[in-house]
Amino acid sequence: MSNPFLHFGNRFLRPLLVNGGYGVFLAGQVFVRIPHLYRRRQTFKDQLFLGGIKTLHVSLLVGFFIGMIVSLQVGLELAKYGQQENIGLLVSILMAREMAPFVTAIILAASVGSAMAAELGTMKVQEEITALDVLSVDVVSYLVLPRVIALTLVSPILTLLSVWVGTLGGGVIAVTQLGLDFSGYAHNAMTALQDIGGTIPLPASLYSGLIKSIVFGFATAIVSCASGLHATNGAQGVGQTTRSAVRDSIILIIVLNFFLGKFLLH
Amino acid sequence: MGPSGAGKSVILKHIIGLLKPDAGDVWVQGKSVPDLTPDELRGLRRNMGYLFQHAALINWLSVFENVALPLKETRELSPSQIQDKVEHVLKLVRMEGDLQKYPAELSGGMQKRVGLARALVTDPRIILYDEPEAGLDPEMSTSVSRMIRRLRDELHTTSITVTHSWACAQLIADRVALFEKGALVTEAPLDAFLSDPHPRVSEFLGQSK
Repeated sequence: MSNPFLHFGNRFLRPLLVNGGYGVFLAGQVFVRIPHLYRRRQTFKDQLFLGGIKTLHVSLLVGFFIGMIVSLQVGLELAKYGQQENIGLLVSILMAREMAPFVTAIILAASVGSAMAAELGTMKVQEEITALDVLSVDVVSYLVLPRVIALTLVSPILTLLSVWVGTLGGGVIAVTQLGLDFSGYAHNAMTALQDIGGTIPLPASLYSGLIKSIVFGFATAIVSCASGLHATNGAQGVGQTTRSAVRDSIILIIVLNFFLGKFLLH
Repeated sequence: MGPSGAGKSVILKHIIGLLKPDAGDVWVQGKSVPDLTPDELRGLRRNMGYLFQHAALINWLSVFENVALPLKETRELSPSQIQDKVEHVLKLVRMEGDLQKYPAELSGGMQKRVGLARALVTDPRIILYDEPEAGLDPEMSTSVSRMIRRLRDELHTTSITVTHSWACAQLIADRVALFEKGALVTEAPLDAFLSDPHPRVSEFLGQSK
């Protein structure tokens, strides 16, 4: 599948268009092909397994420790003002709105996104993608669609689990380091998460985090697939492609996080 | 034929529409390839097969799945029809016993034969071979070249083969064209090509032999 931006005339804008413009173009192509998903169900299931089950333990472990870190750092400060009983509220809201979607997205970009870019990049340099093109196989439908949709769905599920274990990790610190009662901590955390939002009748902190995680998953998959489909120069090129896929995904996640956070707060 | 960098594979890629010419035109079956829409190009490619230099099999698909792929993706056939067709072409290339193997389990020659079966499975009228002997030992190279000739005779397809091996060309060609630095040097029937007066022909043949 050729990149319509490759021959854009302006050499300053070309790199931005080749990567960014092609990513947007690819995202559009994926949306158009969503009805093909049933036909791609086997690859879709494989990708769900790779993105979900194989990264589950990492997400849970990191989520647990992030919860503990937040609880420790914020709890000690709150304790100075005698406010440590509010630690449950802060840990759960921080995990749900920011830390869980962000950290899960970084984990997915580093593990699943890099694997996608390397796999598609290897296929590109070994002419397998050209072969699919010659055989009139729709490369976006066959390779990109199941990967993008799988990562988009896996991301909020892992985020939700990360919120849960992170809050639990925060509880461990609240009990062992701040001397709080766990049931009080849990009640505080749950109360904060049950706060219903104005626009969507769902817990506001949770849904803003889940919306972010869906966008992050989609963006990571698109950036990784777009990078892979552009790989050149053999093994060295695949290495560069993988590196740039992870780098660009992380940059995009951080930028999107700011704008989504700002938008969702209102 | 031609030395490395002569533009041989580039010509094949122009014929099948993977590249667009900077100037000039490419006509296949009465159609100007650079002017075709993506849908028209897909239609044209359905009549064409392409054997890649390194076979370009999909690594995570078995031999059967690789060969069945173009049928599953572009034809409305039942599973039993696909099964019959795949088994038939794999028999033609003598790979019928390796249906469940994966590309990594096959030798270079076997991968080429599976690539050839994949190119043949859609009953193409034109088959393009990009250096079919590349990466093979002389014995396997001769065997693949003979297979190409046999398939051409049995299936009555037009074959265009890119090679820099005179031994391969002698086995499979009716007409030979010599390219150098992106330009056609000469083109003639196989026998006439040998006695072509152009100095580059004798030079190239001397090096190739």
